[in-house]
Amino acid sequence: MKLNGKFLRVLGATTVAGSMALALATDSGAVSKSHAMSPIKIGISLSLSGDFSADGQAFQQGYKLWASDINKAGGLLGHPVTLDIKSDASLPAQVQTNYQALISNDHVALTFGPFSSLLTIPAAKTTARYGYAMVEGAGGAPSVFSLKLHNVFDVALPVANSLVPFANWISTLPASKRPKTVAYVTSNDPFTEPQIPVAQAILSKAGIKSVYNHVFPAEVTDFTPIADAVAAAKPDVVILGATDVPTVSAFMQAFEQSGFSPKAFIATAGPDQGAAFIKAVGKANADGVMVPNSWYGLAANKQSKKMVAEYIKTYGGTPAGVNGDVAEAYAVGQVMAAAVKATGGFSNSKIITYLHSGVKIATVLGGAQFNALGENPSMTAYTFQWQGTTGTKFVQVNPANDPNSVKIVYPKPAWGK
Amino acid sequence: MNSIALLSAAKDGILTGSVYALMATGLTLIFGVMDIINVAQGILVILGAYLSYALQIHWHIDLFIGLLITIPAMFVVGIVIERLFLGRLKGPEKTAMSILVTYAVSLLIEGSLNMIFSVNDVQLQGWYVQKAFAIGSVHFGYIYVAGFVLAVALLSALYFMLYRTRFGVSVRASLADQTSAALVGIDVRRVSTICFGIGVAVTAAGGMIYGSTNAFNASSSYDLISRLLTIIVLGGMGSLGGAMVAGVGMVFVGDMVGVVWSPIWSSMSYFIILAIVLLFRPQGLFGKQMARVA
Repeated sequence: MKLNGKFLRVLGATTVAGSMALALATDSGAVSKSHAMSPIKIGISLSLSGDFSADGQAFQQGYKLWASDINKAGGLLGHPVTLDIKSDASLPAQVQTNYQALISNDHVALTFGPFSSLLTIPAAKTTARYGYAMVEGAGGAPSVFSLKLHNVFDVALPVANSLVPFANWISTLPASKRPKTVAYVTSNDPFTEPQIPVAQAILSKAGIKSVYNHVFPAEVTDFTPIADAVAAAKPDVVILGATDVPTVSAFMQAFEQSGFSPKAFIATAGPDQGAAFIKAVGKANADGVMVPNSWYGLAANKQSKKMVAEYIKTYGGTPAGVNGDVAEAYAVGQVMAAAVKATGGFSNSKIITYLHSGVKIATVLGGAQFNALGENPSMTAYTFQWQGTTGTKFVQVNPANDPNSVKIVYPKPAWGK
Repeated sequence: MNSIALLSAAKDGILTGSVYALMATGLTLIFGVMDIINVAQGILVILGAYLSYALQIHWHIDLFIGLLITIPAMFVVGIVIERLFLGRLKGPEKTAMSILVTYAVSLLIEGSLNMIFSVNDVQLQGWYVQKAFAIGSVHFGYIYVAGFVLAVALLSALYFMLYRTRFGVSVRASLADQTSAALVGIDVRRVSTICFGIGVAVTAAGGMIYGSTNAFNASSSYDLISRLLTIIVLGGMGSLGGAMVAGVGMVFVGDMVGVVWSPIWSSMSYFIILAIVLLFRPQGLFGKQMARVA
């Protein structure tokens, strides 16, 4: 094929300009200060564009915040930390390519995980081949641990049990208040799907009848017909397996337009994205919406409070508006820092052995202690709820016997009221 | 099966499908006249949505009134893209090269949008965005009905332009055979530039409706472009009528399958239909059988 010079200039200039714009927008954010010792490079693949870009950017903020703090404290064993972040566009194949490049070309000393279980799977497989520890904060699906890779350590809650406090609360309501019917609708994502059967088993046992139970493909762009079908079934409770804000927002909009307002509405993710969620759905519509998680910006944990204060100083906002992803990423850094300190070096094999030793490490999320599969079963699942229409608050409501839980808003107010 | 759910799915398929048809029509018009596969069409839809968002947030301009600004603005964006990048593509590899160039353009726009608006999802707001009216037991969202009316109006205007104006004759001649059109005195380059502008201008309307019915960020374009490309392949590359039939048909079939069977099969059902159609009509439902000489 013959290409003329003018065309090549056009193509070249366009591609370079495009790449520059993307690079500027998704600044990999190397964090460094002048230190006497050589920098230690940590490789990370993050979704700075694509379906998980909002979560990817939040994770980047968490990693950067941790790197900044560790460097202020003198670095890792005196070495300043540099983050080598590559964007994966939310694509599993690109994650694999990124970790290969990070390890074999960029010669990073350590690796941190990407966002989502979907992307943690290729990340864990690739890093395992090179013998690297993969400490991560967003790969809690059973499909990650079923690989039985020795190098994976998830600091966050194993996702399968996330809905347990919510389901337990529903099933223990007095018979007069207890919902009669429930709809389960979930994206076919490794993060969302495993949560549904666990909740379903508890609710079925309590006599709550399932009137809709379907999985939809992750690539759906129009959720209205699915939401309309859920609304037509008129369930008292809707459990939505979602990974992002647009999915939850679309269901809420379709429910409102159908004149359908369930007594309880919980989504596996989306409402946990703080200010981003409120911006998309509006304060009035958020009232009563619930989400499971293991952390929120108002958590009593001292380390968490310190991190939240630093986050607000750096990025602005309010504690309730801090995305849970930030804390998960920060905790990844804390676990790795503890392992490096304990092993006295950057040997990944020693780090893996140390993290499998049953040691408990304090993080912003709470204690991190890994079982043989790399899960952190010590993490507690909570349910959080948006409450109020003007002074909107994001509060912990379950488990009900937890001292930090406040009274749950039930039934959920009608949309926009 | 619930009859209300079935009627709702049929309604959703027609209303939403018409908006997809509008967005796909721009894409197929561009291909038909210019032999260019504009993979930036998805990000241009999102750019249109962000323009509406900016007008609403900064100047409190209603979404529909804002179209009076965003449609001409997107037309100009289209003209600029065509003049700067696409008009220079020549030769037999033009179509293949256009994919690379428009992909680069889409990266440029995506990066710029991420810088300006961040990656956090936003949604367009208006009193009519959340509200609905009921006919029997079926609820019609005002925004979906308005989107349908807007799509029909713009598609009608497009048809009027193509079949009732002198410029339309030039476009149709260029659609049929660019060389012959040039021989009879049609300025094919000018027609191409304007058609690209029109193809991009419709994304302002499509983007406004899309942004009102979905929370979005720049990355939402990836899901959109894959869907738009499959619509024009089913309808027949370069066929305006085909894009409309396939746009409505695709969403309608997907929505009905989602209710009758399961949502997990909704996308799959469309691709099965696409595969069957292409097996018997490789040129798509309304595409031309013979390759056009550039």
